Amino acid sequence: MGAPHLLVHEKKDTVGVVVVEGLKAGTDMLAVVTHDNSDFRIAAKQDIPIGHKVALKDIKKGETIWKYGQDIGIAKADIKKGEHAHVHNIKTKRW
Amino acid sequence: MSLMVANFALVERKLKNVKGRKIEAEPFKAPVVKRPTGRALDTIWGWRRENGRVGVRNHVLILPLDDLSNAASEAVANNVKGTLAIPHAYGRLQFGADLDLHFRTLIGTGSNPNVAAVVVIGIEDQWTKIIVDGIAKTGKPVVGFGIEGHGDIATIAKASYVAKEFMQWASELPREKCPITDLWVSTKCGESDTTTGLSSCPTVGAMYDKLIPRGIYGVFGETSEITGAEHLCKERAATKAVGERWYKMWKAYQDDVIEAHKTNDLSDSQPTKGNIAGGLTTIEEKALGNLEKIGRECRYIDILEPAEAPAKGPGLYFMDTSSAAAECVTLMAAGGYVIHTFPTGQGNVIGNPIVPVIKISGNPKTIRTMPEHIDLDVSGILMRTMTIPQAGDALIESIVRTANGRLTASEALGHREFSMTKLYRSA
Repeated sequence: MGAPHLLVHEKKDTVGVVVVEGLKAGTDMLAVVTHDNSDFRIAAKQDIPIGHKVALKDIKKGETIWKYGQDIGIAKADIKKGEHAHVHNIKTKRW
Repeated sequence: MSLMVANFALVERKLKNVKGRKIEAEPFKAPVVKRPTGRALDTIWGWRRENGRVGVRNHVLILPLDDLSNAASEAVANNVKGTLAIPHAYGRLQFGADLDLHFRTLIGTGSNPNVAAVVVIGIEDQWTKIIVDGIAKTGKPVVGFGIEGHGDIATIAKASYVAKEFMQWASELPREKCPITDLWVSTKCGESDTTTGLSSCPTVGAMYDKLIPRGIYGVFGETSEITGAEHLCKERAATKAVGERWYKMWKAYQDDVIEAHKTNDLSDSQPTKGNIAGGLTTIEEKALGNLEKIGRECRYIDILEPAEAPAKGPGLYFMDTSSAAAECVTLMAAGGYVIHTFPTGQGNVIGNPIVPVIKISGNPKTIRTMPEHIDLDVSGILMRTMTIPQAGDALIESIVRTANGRLTASEALGHREFSMTKLYRSA
């Protein structure tokens, strides 16, 4: 197995983190779940910077976003699988 | 206008030249230094102070009581080479808990075992004496001078004579072999991004999981940045009672500070603009990454006030601190911690005047663009060429080398951020 493009903390998570620079739309990404070292592939729908998140499934507006197996916020717009997931479509539930 | 443009072009050309030189420069071929391995990682070479605590640096501090005494303190440090003045912004007309914290921070800083001796300078004698008496409890050499009635010049002269005696005395103190378990190691991360939660924070966690059971003192803090992981943090207390106390402290901060002072959207400050550029979206996501610093096994045994020294024996502590890097590290140093481990994603450049700050990063872009600031590269975790336990072991090696005398990046670059925490406006 080569170096992954994407790391996911837990199986339950609905977003993963890009860990390579210059990721281009259309890349067939290798994703590794760090919790159990399992892997899967997913296509990037957009250019996504290193450290930024990708939706691992289609997420509907209003759904909870899961990372570390925990609630990290809410989708404020629909997010398609493979799309960039960040402040433009996710926000905290607190403030 | 044209002049400005011309100058700007000149600056740009100069910067280009600097960059060019950097690329062309021959890399420094360091002579091979024997690194500690195996059993050598069980011991460090430090200074055992009068009170039994072990320090890894040997500073003679010129410590101003207040903002007004910075000039005299810096003059003394200029007169006596090797001494270190740590100017700061406050110390007049503070009262109540805010004044207690000011005194505790200064006394704790002077008492830190990385400090051999202290000259305190204040505008007047009485508060100066409070700091001197507090530091004197450690048994280390300390004297104080008040400026009023004498002026800066006479004070600088008197203080310089003493500082010279202290400096020559301290310079002759030998390092001695001490068990690694005598170290007090603090942690706080900064300019976090998603890579800190994946790599550099779990590296610190792996270090604590190994060293805390062996008997070191650890501490984490950043009260505001646990927000989103408070349910998990509460569960990590050693006992239910400590967990309840922790939660009460965290909730009080939410109610008294955040709720009382928030504007329409705290998301503008937490996460910070730098965090967001690095891919962090919400405070919950940031907090969950932050909490990776306490590993899988450690449980905190007590909750410390800002700058308070731990008193319940070896183990992990939580200190109620700001999440701002310099304020937090200053408070932990005042609590008596002698080495700081600092995970960073986007590249925080912080240092501290008396405590070496070890920077750990797993972000390959930061390691490429800001290499002079990073002490330990753990980007292999992201590439799956390095495991988290391996990174933890690399950090322990880095801690031992730093304790033995290797300067950290922030020490070599002269970062000496000393920032007092202020609870409210002075009278």
